[in-house]
Amino acid sequence: MHVALFVPCYVDQFYPDVAIATLELLEQLGVQVDYPGGQTCCGQPMANTGCDDVTAPVARRFVELFANYNRIVCPSGSCAAMIRHHYAHHFSPDDETAKRVCGNTVELCEFLHDDLQLTSLDVSFPHRVSIHQSCHGLRELRLGASSEVMLAREDKVRQLLDLVRDIQLMPLSRCDECCGFGGTFSVNEADVSVAMGRDRIADHVKSRSEVIVSADMSCLMHLEGLIRREKTPLRVMHVAQVLIGRSLVGDQ
Amino acid sequence: MTVRLPIVEHPRAAKEFVNGGRGPWHDAALWFVRSKRDKQAASVPEWEYLRTLASQIKRHTNANLSGYLEQFTENASRLGAQIHWATDAQEHNAIVLEILRKVGTTRIVKSKSMLTEECGLNPYLEAAGIEVIDTDLGERIVQLRGESPSHIVLPAIHIKKEEVGVTFHEHLGTKTGAADPIYLTEAARSHLRGKFLRGEVGITGVNFAIAETGGLVVCTNEGNADLGVSLPRVHIACMGIEKLIPRWQDLGVFTRLLARSATGQPITSYTSHFHGPRDASSELHIVLVDNGRSQLRTKSEFRDAMNCIRCGACMNTCPVYRRSGGHSYRATVPGPIGSVLSPSQAAKDHKSLPYACSLCGSCTDVCPVRIPLHHQLLAMRGELVGKGLLPKSKRWSMSFASYLFQHPQLFALAGRLGRMALYWLPHFLTHNRLNAWTVARELPKPPKESFSEWYARNRPTPSNSNH
Repeated sequence: MHVALFVPCYVDQFYPDVAIATLELLEQLGVQVDYPGGQTCCGQPMANTGCDDVTAPVARRFVELFANYNRIVCPSGSCAAMIRHHYAHHFSPDDETAKRVCGNTVELCEFLHDDLQLTSLDVSFPHRVSIHQSCHGLRELRLGASSEVMLAREDKVRQLLDLVRDIQLMPLSRCDECCGFGGTFSVNEADVSVAMGRDRIADHVKSRSEVIVSADMSCLMHLEGLIRREKTPLRVMHVAQVLIGRSLVGDQ
Repeated sequence: MTVRLPIVEHPRAAKEFVNGGRGPWHDAALWFVRSKRDKQAASVPEWEYLRTLASQIKRHTNANLSGYLEQFTENASRLGAQIHWATDAQEHNAIVLEILRKVGTTRIVKSKSMLTEECGLNPYLEAAGIEVIDTDLGERIVQLRGESPSHIVLPAIHIKKEEVGVTFHEHLGTKTGAADPIYLTEAARSHLRGKFLRGEVGITGVNFAIAETGGLVVCTNEGNADLGVSLPRVHIACMGIEKLIPRWQDLGVFTRLLARSATGQPITSYTSHFHGPRDASSELHIVLVDNGRSQLRTKSEFRDAMNCIRCGACMNTCPVYRRSGGHSYRATVPGPIGSVLSPSQAAKDHKSLPYACSLCGSCTDVCPVRIPLHHQLLAMRGELVGKGLLPKSKRWSMSFASYLFQHPQLFALAGRLGRMALYWLPHFLTHNRLNAWTVARELPKPPKESFSEWYARNRPTPSNSNH
């Protein structure tokens, strides 16, 4: 299998190990990975602010850059959702290339679960872990069942973590409440955003978890910012880092 | 007399509620309601099917609205109701006052109606010398306090029982410091009983209007609508034109969804049906109000907001609403649905509301009539930018970001400089009040190299020099 890797802008700049872990994981699973040069951002910050005119050229650039790939894998539910579900109105309805690129873009856990149908992994992570479900992964990409909807659905992130030896998944009292990041929301509405983040962290602490694991590093950037400021005894890790076998005592 | 809160942008209006300690208490109260809703929804095996059906019925009704309005008004007139049409809030209020003048009354009892809140009926009538008594307990509490409802189903959810005790002590003469809900409710009951007996006209809202029969359905838990219109001779029912459903048999779809979504009850305590006036000596007036609804109906992205049955589930689930309280929205209808409806009526006044949202999508998933609320909120941001209502500083920073993202080398350079600055500069220069991120949060620890730099060093293959 041959895929292109799309690394979100803030992961590229602030969390390179998340991208390295993703790359190493895919390569270890026998996937041939290209990392097309010149990639930057999917355009979500501008789109979520409502600035469609300056989103469009960024979206068009993305489509051009990834036009020749049948699979584009991205270690972020939010960015994958932006491309798959929110690109359409920046392109003409008969733009077949754009349609193909959007349809071909998947989040990492989706790719591992749906395309590779991963059923075993040779890694151990002997820690108490709590999962942070990112809203866009959950409610846009449907990586799992959201608590509002009365339908059973496979939880792809959890199923992948279940493949890891010695891992202990801790239950939360609010299993899928928003962490309060929300892109520019985190600074526009800083007070509400911080209150939401603190509540999430308290729930994870109460579960006796050692580390919050998520498929979206942006939520974790916000939570980690609070954790480090308040010196809470919790760590954050991207799901790719756990699946490739990074130890908990990494530099964060 | 209700005091309308001045328009203030949401982040500032929310500040005190969020940081002043009321946020966690309010959040817990509403999360409890949301949890009850989950249990009730889970008890109906066909829940998701009901949501789809309800959404389809509403879409169909809205697509054929003029026909159904005609059918409804014909049938309601045949039953003896008097029909009034109001283009906007002013017309609505004038119609109601004219009816009251004809009847020759100065005392009315009102059950909960968000439409009359939307139209500002209470202050309008009070200015005309009419005594208006809200008979829903929560609404009576906020009325006595000179406030407006902070939630469309739970109007006094922002008020603690001790505070209700103080208000009732002042207005109803309850004992000082009394905060026992049973005692306070009893006091409100006997106070309202007197008002019911004196009321000369009963005003209610409408939950559903059935085109096929010309009948109205009003759902309450306190029975106040029933008592309020059973004693007086005249009943005025005020409804938005989106309250229609086509057939009698469609009603069950909505009554099964409404109370479960709203408060986690299987059904409201009272589901009252009104088919024409009570008897030959009574009057039933139905005021049908547009007030921007037909405008909303013309916009494809926002049309589905007409589906709304005002259950309040989107408020109960909204992580922002739960922490910032209903009054922070400065709008009649707060929360996600209000943040779509308010700016669609008055964009400039309510321009901060679509941004008071992390786009988590919980509202969309909880909505019993499948309004794609978070996508509408996103689309509304685009509308606001189109109208030039985004602050210039934000507009420019987005244009700058877009430029950066179109120039990868510049992006890489900016990233490198940013990480270096973050690494070398003293903490107070990067973490201060000028940077909203850092007021309560640390910035990420800057890595020595970006992934792109790592990749160029570790995977020197032709594929990474393709572009």
